[in-house]
Amino acid sequence: MKQYINKYYYGDYGEGKNGAADISTSGKSQQEWPLWEIFIRSKQGLDHKHVGSLHATDAQMAIENARDVYTRRMEGISIWVVESKYIHASNPDDAEALYDPANDKAYRHPTFYDLPDELTHI
Amino acid sequence: MISFCIFTLQLMGMEKDMEQMFQEKIDKEIRIEPKDWMPEKYRQTLIRQISQHAHSEIVGMLPEGNWITRAPNLRRKAILLAKVQDEAGHGLYLYSAAETLGISRDEMYEQLHSGKAKYSSIFNYPTLSWADMGAIGWLVDGAAIMNQVPLCRTSYGPYARAMVRVCKEESFHQRQGFEILLTLSRGTEAQRRMARDSINRWWWPSIMMFGPKDDESPNTIQSMKWKIKRFTNDELRQKFVDICAEQIKILNLTIPDPDLKWNEEKGHYDFGTINWDEFWQVIAGNGPCNKERLDARKKAWEEGAWVREAATAHAQKRAQRLAEKRA
Repeated sequence: MKQYINKYYYGDYGEGKNGAADISTSGKSQQEWPLWEIFIRSKQGLDHKHVGSLHATDAQMAIENARDVYTRRMEGISIWVVESKYIHASNPDDAEALYDPANDKAYRHPTFYDLPDELTHI
Repeated sequence: MISFCIFTLQLMGMEKDMEQMFQEKIDKEIRIEPKDWMPEKYRQTLIRQISQHAHSEIVGMLPEGNWITRAPNLRRKAILLAKVQDEAGHGLYLYSAAETLGISRDEMYEQLHSGKAKYSSIFNYPTLSWADMGAIGWLVDGAAIMNQVPLCRTSYGPYARAMVRVCKEESFHQRQGFEILLTLSRGTEAQRRMARDSINRWWWPSIMMFGPKDDESPNTIQSMKWKIKRFTNDELRQKFVDICAEQIKILNLTIPDPDLKWNEEKGHYDFGTINWDEFWQVIAGNGPCNKERLDARKKAWEEGAWVREAATAHAQKRAQRLAEKRA
């Protein structure tokens, strides 16, 4: 079944892939600036969150462009950029094997335990 | 040969199963993400729609950019600059969403420049007066918002996420446009005339922005089934007409349509017949500014080539120097 599945690349380009630039059909696109994934911390105390991608020649340009493209309205106070080809991702086909085992482990949640109502502060 | 045929048949059967599973996901409102399996036609439809949308944002900067240096005061100039910068940003969000489907940025540019890809035909009309900045904000951005809000729930994840950002930013575009018209409508007779003339020119092209009538829009049924689209062209157009027919009263001006009339029974406004011949002519490349817009894009692309090359060379040199230093 697997050989049959089309794969497109985004963020998770997999080993050695340079994003759409590599899989494009027109030969010219090899001159494209590399693709970068952008992560923004919206305020102190919160995680950096993926917001999208953009093209830039190097990390410094990627940060400058990310500032213009993704933080025009005070959306961020810190930017991370990662060249897309360095991001590895899990395969959707493995989702069952990876995540299903957590389904039948309800005892990992506090609501699993049936305790008397008069018990407080717990 | 026979075994080959059986193999092909098996593949076809699998394709069918996959499509069914895909449709079930869509029906359950599960978003499709870039690495998920999707029918080739879904991918192609999205590439066409998202890239067309991105091109519209980029070409859309041209009629307005023209007025930045002629804005009547500093406040208006700063606002218009910010708006045009937003359009560039929206184009970039959308291009990167389209790239997740496996088309490169350069390919999309090439399709735009060669005329293979379309962009919204509204931008092939000229901006003749300052009031046009008002009419574009109110009507053109208003129509765009009407189209874009449902796209925040479109079935393809990266497109939906890009649209959420676009919609958040777009609202100021429409409000600043209405404010321009409101100021003009309360001004001198000459200013009122300018506002009226502008609305007269932009009204019909704006309601054409929703695309052909439902019975002439062959892709709509499939797009609705895949939940790329949530409403039909005519539904959105009607909603837009209903809203504008009320809003114009605040401007104390009129919409240039003698047939525009409240229909009590339907609970909607009736409106006149759209000149579809004009619509198709502009799409076919015969609008007032088609050539000018494309020429401007191509010129920017060609004259920017040395900058792109220089930036690449500079980055390489810097990386090399860094490597030497470390060695």
